[in-house]
Amino acid sequence: MIWQFDLILLVFLVISAVISLRVKDLLSASIVFGVYSFLICLLWAGMGAVDVAFTEAAVGAGVGAVFLIATVFNTTRRSSD
Amino acid sequence: MKTLGFIVVAVIGALLIYAEGDFPAWGDPQSPASQHAISRHFISQAMSETAVPNMVTAVLADYRGYDTMFETVVIFTAGIAIIGILGMARLTDRESLEPMSETEPADRDMIVINTCRLLIPVMQLFAFYVVAHGHHSPGGGFQGGVILGVSFILWAIARDLPTALRGIRPRRMIFLAALGVVIYAGTGALSLAMDAKLLDYSALQGFLPPAPAGALPSEIMARSHGMLVVEVGVAFTVSAIMFGIYTYLSSMGRLKGGF
Repeated sequence: MIWQFDLILLVFLVISAVISLRVKDLLSASIVFGVYSFLICLLWAGMGAVDVAFTEAAVGAGVGAVFLIATVFNTTRRSSD
Repeated sequence: MKTLGFIVVAVIGALLIYAEGDFPAWGDPQSPASQHAISRHFISQAMSETAVPNMVTAVLADYRGYDTMFETVVIFTAGIAIIGILGMARLTDRESLEPMSETEPADRDMIVINTCRLLIPVMQLFAFYVVAHGHHSPGGGFQGGVILGVSFILWAIARDLPTALRGIRPRRMIFLAALGVVIYAGTGALSLAMDAKLLDYSALQGFLPPAPAGALPSEIMARSHGMLVVEVGVAFTVSAIMFGIYTYLSSMGRLKGGF
């Protein structure tokens, strides 16, 4: 673990988490949530938990984002919150 | 209400950050988790007891196989619940739903379709590699199953749902998902039938040819191969359920239309 690398990842992690909560367009929120999953996958890989990172990349960033986007296309694209 | 929620989140977040100071340092060999006899046993004995270099897989599929078996059941149940609820909506609201346009989507991009045609076999081959090589490298049934399921989802996105469903009908999808659970539980029951504990794969050594001289004894290899069998079962369940959830979710249970 290199702390400069971790710091950059953590900053982007927090930014992407806030964006995916705040943004009104739910399609953008789903994609930014995929970015969040990918960043946390990189953090886990950096900590040596390669199996967890692999699962996060496949499930969180891959199929999870696809499920969210499929749901957004069938419900509403704009958040009322 | 929003301010109240923010205060609750801020207080709990501050408590978590405060509590984090008591955690042992990352990778500290003196931490309680690393000092415990079970952790030391896994780290020092996993290779010699199961002949599996990736000790995460050894813990997941062998030492804690019971846990993983019911994890597979959880995925199966969740998928069946989603398919059941959305399928029910299709049966009851058939009249109230607006009719889908039945026109053949002719504007599907040739470049997209042909790229997917080249990409999907590679993805599926990689998925099989991840499943089969989970003992030696990161991966296993869950990850490989997800990649396999995503390759079908990619085909459904590139073409449309009916084209993708021509290969795997929903009924067969549910059958494959159940088959995965049966493979896993059946391996456990088989070791029970051989007068051993549930999911004790070393009891299955009778199914292996006798070990040649100089090779590892067959009760150790039986644990390694038993893990492979249950990983294949997990991959069956996960890939079928992933594709099933996508097909029902993206079409609201109607199983028609494209993305």
